[in-house]
Amino acid sequence: MTKEDGGRRGRAGLDRRSLLGGAAGVGGTLLAAAGGARAEEAAIPAELPEWSRYLGPGVDDEPYGKPSKYEAHVIRRNVEWLTASTESSVNFTPLPWLNGIITPNGVFFERHHGGRAEIDPTKHRLLIHGLVEKPLVYTMEDIKRLPCEDRIWFLECAANGGMEWRGAQLNGCQYVRGMIGCAQWTGVRLKTLLERSGLKPNAKWVLAEGADASALTRSFPIEKALDDAFVAYAQNGEALRPGQGYPLRLILPGWEANMSVKWLRRIEVGDAPWYTRWETSKYTDLLPSGKAYKFTWVQEANSVITWPAPEHKVDGPGQYMIRGLAWSGRGRIVRVDLTFDGGKNWVTAPLQEPILPKALTRFYYPWRWDGSSVIIASRAIDETGYVQPTITQLRNARGRNSIYHNNAIITWLVNSSGEVENVQVA
Amino acid sequence: MFKSRDFLLAGAVAAVLLPFTALSAAEKPIGRVPTAEEIARWDIDVRPDGLGLPPGRGTAKEGEEIYLARCASCHGEFGEAVGRWPPLVGGQGSLTWDEPIKTVTSYWPYATTVFDYIKRAMPFGDAQSLTDDEVYAITAFLLASDGIISEDFVVDAQSLPKIVMPNADGFVEDPRPDVPKGEPCMKDCVAEVTIIGHARKIGVTPEDKARPVTD
Ligand code: HEC
Repeated sequence: MTKEDGGRRGRAGLDRRSLLGGAAGVGGTLLAAAGGARAEEAAIPAELPEWSRYLGPGVDDEPYGKPSKYEAHVIRRNVEWLTASTESSVNFTPLPWLNGIITPNGVFFERHHGGRAEIDPTKHRLLIHGLVEKPLVYTMEDIKRLPCEDRIWFLECAANGGMEWRGAQLNGCQYVRGMIGCAQWTGVRLKTLLERSGLKPNAKWVLAEGADASALTRSFPIEKALDDAFVAYAQNGEALRPGQGYPLRLILPGWEANMSVKWLRRIEVGDAPWYTRWETSKYTDLLPSGKAYKFTWVQEANSVITWPAPEHKVDGPGQYMIRGLAWSGRGRIVRVDLTFDGGKNWVTAPLQEPILPKALTRFYYPWRWDGSSVIIASRAIDETGYVQPTITQLRNARGRNSIYHNNAIITWLVNSSGEVENVQVA
Repeated sequence: MFKSRDFLLAGAVAAVLLPFTALSAAEKPIGRVPTAEEIARWDIDVRPDGLGLPPGRGTAKEGEEIYLARCASCHGEFGEAVGRWPPLVGGQGSLTWDEPIKTVTSYWPYATTVFDYIKRAMPFGDAQSLTDDEVYAITAFLLASDGIISEDFVVDAQSLPKIVMPNADGFVEDPRPDVPKGEPCMKDCVAEVTIIGHARKIGVTPEDKARPVTD
């Protein structure tokens, strides 16, 4: 007998008909999950729950598994007013409900400039040409025959936190830092591909191009191409998802994710940068002087407290675990400091292993909340000694119109009712 | 004995190295040399020095009609934008303002990028459907709309790289890190903490009833 076949018994107070009614049954379960009075929650349920008594579904009903229906809030979200169309837009990783350093593939943020291309891998090719001795075109099958590696790196949109340059705007951890994800990528070093074609002596710059409807192009120096640039076909053990560039994407570890061109179809080697639309009109940082920084590639050290966050409520005084993430495009995180008084005093939080370069790093910190209003924040320091700045320090350097590369310390106000709000302090 | 063992060892080493070194004629190669025509089909990028610009030509007068038919529904008749689609024209001199207007004509450093981008990505949803003459003509139309070139200026592979955009020298190399360095303060760092911004008061966060406030 399974719980779907109507043979199950109702719990006290609910007759069999209302359970069979479906919607009412689900509503009842949700209510139970949300919890009623505190005293009830503490007690071990008197009744045997239905899942302890009746069989659940077998192994055939879900060939590709999904999270529990009680986790339905852990999804990517879009901010509709940001863009004119969802095909040229971004959604955000639900950081406040995630754990560890690996972002599940189904909730990894997406930013597209011409919608999510759905590519037939048998029709996909990667072309390597330009200042090389021997241009080559590869099938996906070819690429999978080359020496491969597994590497863990974060990808962060240059515009992560961009809405906060002018002030605290979006009241959610997901929205102020969710244009990031971290995964284990499987693929081939770009160096391997370039060496197979043979670089000409004047090879100085590389152009990567996507096969989507925006044919996105970015230039980067040959030094990065021969260092850790990577061509990935798998993410967290499975093929890339279409939204992450299936069947093939570039990864430039630690650099703004727009450069990690998805749906990668072409690599051209040249002797000068191309100044594409995505490295002039966009992804340049406008200063108050009217000048703009160009080629701002690296994602500098950054961190965020993912619990508590505006999506949560601290449910009464007592002991909790502060949870957070730190990362740096320049290498490893060496330290994360926390403040509980808006930045007057700081303590150092222990870091969780593994601490990998250009990857998300976890920190946890036991915290006793006394029920008073507190202002909490985290501050990351990386192996180059770079210290995550305050929003005031960033504005002093770049004004308020940069849009990109806002890695300022994020501050949460926990009020005396336990509600959490995104605030900016000075 | 020794001889055959050496031979076996040499064989094992060769077996490991073989797939990534020279292959015998019978083996399946990894990657294929493309023809020049194949490369040309994909290689549509254009650089500021004009490298990659195809043959063809166009003027603003010729471009106006194509622009109105293929672009104006989103970008506006004058490039001023319809609704929240991006504006393409205007805002020269606004880059130092509190609310700068960044457009092709106010912000882009190179005219070649205009050609490159329109050819590869526009119109949005029907990419790479314009002829090279049409792209030259629309490029001319956008630049002429903001007085960067005249109405009858002929834009082609020779003239386009020579056009000097208003913001040509607007970009500087990335100087970051550009924030204070050194050991950060741990105790009594600031005398008083003031909250200068509340996200709740701004009220632009998407409402999501499915999102619980408790964990
Ligand atoms: C359906 C609406 C639509 C139409 C029609 C359209 N565009 Fe666009 N255009 C967009 C969107 C959306 C973007 C931004 C794409 C992105 O985010 O990468 C854009 C971006 C641009 C940009 C870059 C703007 C910037 O500041 O970076 C240019 C230039 C442009 N379009 C020119 C054209 C031309 C020329 C045509 C006609 C041939 C055209 N567009 C037709 C929607 C449209």
